[in-house]
Amino acid sequence: MGINQVLEIKDLMLNLNGKPIINHLNLEVREGKIQGLLGMNGTGKTTLANLIMGLSYPDGGSIMLDGKDITRDTISQRARKGITLAWQEPAKFEGLSVAEYLRLSRKLSSGEIERLLWMVGLPPAEYLDRDVDASLSGGERKRVELASVLAMRPKLAVLDEVDSGIDVVSLPHIMNGIVEMSKQGSAALLITHSEDAIGIAESVSILCAGKIINSGPPQKMCRWFKTNCQTCAHIGEPVL
Amino acid sequence: MKRFPEMTVVKEYEAMLEAYGAAGGDLKALKSSAVGNLVIHENKVLGVNETRGIKVKTKETETGVNLRLVIEKGAKVKHPVHLCFGVLPKEGLQEIIFKMEAEDDSEVNLVAHCLFPNAINVTHRMKASIKVGDNARVCYRETHYHGESGGVRVIPRAKITVGKGGSWESTLAIIEGCVGVLRYDFEIFGEEKSNSALMVKLFGKKEDDISIVEKIHLDGREARGLAKSRLVLTDNARAMVRGETYGNAPFARGHVDCLEIVNGEGVIAQAIPVVYVTNRLAKVTHEAAIGSIDKKQIQTLMARGLDEEQAVDVIVRGVLK
Repeated sequence: MGINQVLEIKDLMLNLNGKPIINHLNLEVREGKIQGLLGMNGTGKTTLANLIMGLSYPDGGSIMLDGKDITRDTISQRARKGITLAWQEPAKFEGLSVAEYLRLSRKLSSGEIERLLWMVGLPPAEYLDRDVDASLSGGERKRVELASVLAMRPKLAVLDEVDSGIDVVSLPHIMNGIVEMSKQGSAALLITHSEDAIGIAESVSILCAGKIINSGPPQKMCRWFKTNCQTCAHIGEPVL
Repeated sequence: MKRFPEMTVVKEYEAMLEAYGAAGGDLKALKSSAVGNLVIHENKVLGVNETRGIKVKTKETETGVNLRLVIEKGAKVKHPVHLCFGVLPKEGLQEIIFKMEAEDDSEVNLVAHCLFPNAINVTHRMKASIKVGDNARVCYRETHYHGESGGVRVIPRAKITVGKGGSWESTLAIIEGCVGVLRYDFEIFGEEKSNSALMVKLFGKKEDDISIVEKIHLDGREARGLAKSRLVLTDNARAMVRGETYGNAPFARGHVDCLEIVNGEGVIAQAIPVVYVTNRLAKVTHEAAIGSIDKKQIQTLMARGLDEEQAVDVIVRGVLK
C-alpha cells in the first residue's frame, strides 16, 4: 500500500444467491484526494459504498484504512476511525433539527454550522432550526447530509450520488463543498452518474458488474464510459 | 379522603414546589405574581394566582377539586398560565372536575404539570368540559412526571367545543418514569373555520398499559383537525391508539397521524385510525405506522460515530420531542 493511500480495497467479493455482486474488486483512494466512481445502474456502486461503511460484510477480500484492516469493523468503529457515508437517499429524522444533526459527530460552534450550511448552498437562517424530516425536499435533505459529512472532517467520505436530484444552481455549491473538504485533507470516493460532478475528481474508476474495469483521468474516463458503458448491454457481465 | 398526615398546608405547598422544580418546572413562573397559576395537591388547593383576564374558581371535594377557569372576552394573556396538579404520597386519589371557557377573541397558553413521583397506588382522574369561543385561541400542554414503579392510573377525559375561527391545540407528554395505566379520551367538536389539534407523546416502559382515544368532529365549514400520536414502547408495554376524525361539513379537512415505535420483546402495539366523512366536500386522511426503529436511521447515526444505543436514544428523543 502506498504511503499516502487512505483506503485500499483488495480482491473484495460479495455474492448474492450464488452470483457475484462485487467481483474481485480492487480500488485505492489517496489521502486528501477525490476518487470518482462511474457506473451504470445496477453495477454495484451502492453495494460497494455499503461495504466500505460496514453496512454489510464481504464474502472475501479486505478493506484497509490507513494500512489497518477494518473489514470486520462495525459501522461505528469505522466512523470513529474516520470513514463516513452520505447516503443516496438519506434517512429522515423527526424532532432532530439541522443544527443538532450537524453536531452529532463533534461539537461545533454556531459560526461553524452556518459556514457548513453556506457551503452546501443552504441559508442558515432558514434551515438551522428546521427538522431533518419529511418537510425537507429530497434535494435539501441531500445538502444537509453533505453538510453533516463535512462537519465530521473525515479521513474518507463515501459520497453516494450526492449530486443527483440537486438543481443546477445548487450543484456548484455542493461540488465546491467537496473540493473544500478535500483541501482540508479529507479524501472522497465520489460515486456518481454525472460527467459534470466527476470533473472534480483527480482520478476516476469505472465499475461494471461489481468490478473495476478501467481507471484514469476524469475526461478520458468519461469518454470511455460513454463509448463503452452507455452503449453496452453487459450489465451483470464485465465487458473486459 | 385519607390525607398525608404529617403535612401541613405550607409543607404540602413547599413539597409540591420542590417536586415541580425537580421535574424541570419553571419555579420562577409558579412564584411570580405576574403569572397566573394554580397548585393543587390531592384535594387541596394550595395556591391560586389570578392575573388580568383570568378568573379561577375552585371548590375542594372529598376526592379532588372542582375547578372553573375563565379567560375573559378579548383577553390576550401574555404569560403562560401554570397549572400544577399532583399526589406526592405513595397512595392517593385526585379527581379534578375542570370547566373552562376561553371567551370570544381571547388567547391563552396553559402549561400543566402533573406530579406523581412516588406513586405506588395513585389514581388521577380529570373530567374536563372546555369551550373555546369564536376566534379564541387556547394552547394546552400537559406534562407528567411519574416515578419508576408504574403505580399510577391516569384517566383524563375531555369534551372540547371550538367556536368559529377558534383554535385548540393540546399536547399530553409522559416521557419521564413509567406511564402506568393511562386511559386518555379527548373529543373535539370544531365549528366553522376552527383549528383543532390533539397530540400525545408517550414513552411506555415495563408493564405500562396505555389506551388513547382522540376524536375530532369537523362540524363546521372549513374546519381543520389533526389527531397525532407518537409512542415509543419498550419492555412489556401495551398500547392502543384510536384516532378518529369525522368530516361533517364542506371543505372540512382532517388528518390522523399515529406512529408507534416498538423496541421490546414483550411489547403489544395497536393503532386504529378511523376516518369518516358525511359531506362529499370534506376530506380526511390517515397514516399509521407501527414498527421497530428504522434500520437506516440507526445506520446513518452510526456512520457519524454514534454507537447503536446512542443512535436509538437520539431517534427516540426526536420522536418524543
